[in-house]
Amino acid sequence: MIRFILVRFAGMILVVFIVSVLTFGIFQLAPLLSHTSPVYYYTGKVPYPPGSPQLQALIHRFGFDQPIPVQYWQFLTGIFGKTITDGTSAPVQCPFPCFGYSFRQNDLVSTLIGNAWPVTLSLCIGAAILWLVGGVLVGTFSGLKPGSFVDRAGMTGALAAVSLPIFFTGPVLLLLFVYTLGWLPGTGYVPLTTDPLGWFESMLLPWVSLAFIFAALYARLTRSNMIETMGEDYIRTARAKGLDRRTIVVKHGLRAALTPIVTIFGIDFGTLIGSTVITESVFNLRGLGYLSIQSVRQQDLPVILGVTIVAAVALVIANFIVDVLYAVIDPRVTV
Amino acid sequence: MASTTPAPAVATARDAELFLSVEDLKVHFPTEDGLVKSVDGLSFELRRGEILGIVGESGSGKSVTAQAILGLHKGSRARISGHIWLDGRDLVPLSDEEMRGVRGSEIAMIFQDPLSSLHPFYTIGDQIAEAYRVHNKVSAREARARTIEMLEKVGIPNAPGRVDDYPHQFSGGMRQRAMIAMALICQPKLLIADEPTTALDVTVQAQILELIKDLRDELNSAVILITHDLGVVAETCDHVVVMYGGQCVEKGSVDDVFELPEMPYTWGLLGSMPRMDRVRQERLTPIPGQPPSLINVPTGCVFNTRCRFSDHVEGRRCFTEHPQLLPTAPGHEVRCHIEPEERRRLFELEIKPKL
Ligand SMILES: Nc1ncnc2c1ncn2[C@@H]1O[C@H](COP(=O)(O)OP(=O)(O)OP(=O)(O)O)[C@@H](O)[C@H]1O
Ligand code: SF4
Ligand SMILES: [Mg+2]
Repeated sequence: MIRFILVRFAGMILVVFIVSVLTFGIFQLAPLLSHTSPVYYYTGKVPYPPGSPQLQALIHRFGFDQPIPVQYWQFLTGIFGKTITDGTSAPVQCPFPCFGYSFRQNDLVSTLIGNAWPVTLSLCIGAAILWLVGGVLVGTFSGLKPGSFVDRAGMTGALAAVSLPIFFTGPVLLLLFVYTLGWLPGTGYVPLTTDPLGWFESMLLPWVSLAFIFAALYARLTRSNMIETMGEDYIRTARAKGLDRRTIVVKHGLRAALTPIVTIFGIDFGTLIGSTVITESVFNLRGLGYLSIQSVRQQDLPVILGVTIVAAVALVIANFIVDVLYAVIDPRVTV
Repeated sequence: MASTTPAPAVATARDAELFLSVEDLKVHFPTEDGLVKSVDGLSFELRRGEILGIVGESGSGKSVTAQAILGLHKGSRARISGHIWLDGRDLVPLSDEEMRGVRGSEIAMIFQDPLSSLHPFYTIGDQIAEAYRVHNKVSAREARARTIEMLEKVGIPNAPGRVDDYPHQFSGGMRQRAMIAMALICQPKLLIADEPTTALDVTVQAQILELIKDLRDELNSAVILITHDLGVVAETCDHVVVMYGGQCVEKGSVDDVFELPEMPYTWGLLGSMPRMDRVRQERLTPIPGQPPSLINVPTGCVFNTRCRFSDHVEGRRCFTEHPQLLPTAPGHEVRCHIEPEERRRLFELEIKPKL
């Protein structure tokens, strides 16, 4: 088991490394293709025309005149802390984990990400709990009696839910519960640490609308797994032993039906960290999605780079946890 | 057992005699294509300490019968009628919940494919102990000790070391032994083994059958052994029911049915059976043709589409009239329109020399 974990961990490091090389490469390519100096992407508007000595000095200061592998090495070692200066303002200390400085937003990239990630994580975890519980419950009851009223109602609901995008459900929920009924406060994030109830109220609608689509997918998946599992020979064995219905369904049926869902959940959750843009925009939450869309709009290269790497790390960690978990819950997986 | 009113003499005699009595059992499945008559009017009896073989081709309704006795069709759309008397109690009208107490404790079943019949995520020991704890109020430790004892009894080497293995870590023969341990842990009075040896090689097959016989001797249980293999029946069983198209076409003691079979389908089965005690003149002769549709069961005899002997019956009765299962000798019943003397003559002249 220890060996297995170590091997997976090494693989995880390798994947993060490759992702960082790729993102770094892409952001090298962008200025090259548009024939602009990377300085413009890096620091925003620079009052020096192309070819001027002041611009050359800046290019040199940020190291854009170095060979690309050297630049990558500096980027990598820079993560462990460095001092950043543009030559005119006072130098800024950038401690680990350092993804550079956003001259557009006048802040360290790590500070920007640090402010954004609790929002995104709250959103993802809350939504995940909702969709797991909802999807698995609906899917289980549907799958136990395929063709019944419960099944047909559940699956019709699921079909409706997958076909409704967040930019539709989100505003409708807002209109109903915030603007019409007034049951919930308006949009914007309330930190959990300052006001737990406010946090819950601010996150409820984002959770629901984000969980909606996933819950529908998980309900369908659970249903088909459940139907398949309940037809297995070992369920017949469980009945032949004289076990009660609940033990048969929960201990023997769900245990097997949910195992493949663990894998899919890990991947979905990992991916979600980097793709909450729409939900965050609809509900005015300043999370990672919001941060990345804003940086893309402003061509804020250091922030885009930082957010991409954070999202990749989240995905890789989720995958790692799933791999380990799978080996724990399925004894047939040899570790 | 102290009872207030003495039971009628006939019933007591019958209860003592017959442990299991299946009467006119019908199991029909409504499907989109029509009503599937998987079992249609099956009757047989079984005493304690006896082994009854049920033989027949694939799809003849053997497993459906076994599952009906265990009440596994309850809660499904299957339509069941008839009676299944177990120790004087009819199991057919019982609810699924009432049947739960009977399953595993009074009747236990060994299934055909032990790998798929064991749960892949729980250890062998947990699954066997679970079967014990449903019907016995014991601690986990006691159940475990009893599980190890059972595994030893069915011949698992190093049982205390193997009890925590998962099914995939066992060999095919060991899995079947584990299934037998699971079935026998509550000392059932009726054991149903549905093709317990099909997936196993010949040596292991013989060991498993020996094991079932030993346990029958020890617990004085009644056993139903379902198989395609007449050789297994000849070696193991006391009585045999030959099934075809959901019906019993011939039944009797193993000696009678093997010495003087009277139904053309049984002849076909015997002809397709490899035998070591006689020099075979020809290769194995499987019965030509397909099993009948269970939805549009042919009128007349179920076997008429494949029978070579229907011209031995006057007129076209084989195609118009359903033959009754009638006694031909004490304890030997046959479902065929051919006259008994003619059947015996045909067997001696045409069939026996080729077996
Ligand atoms: N739930 C069901 N719904 C519809 N038809 C069924 C159902 N279960 C069994 N049958 C049908 O009943 C018939 C008898 O099946 P059964 O499993 O008893 O055969 P069998 O004699 O055990 O054959 P085998 O030797 O292959 O195990 C088959 O034709 C099968 O398709
Ligand atoms: S009744 Fe007719 S068809 Fe059926 S087995 Fe006898 S001879 Fe053959
Ligand atoms: Mg079968």
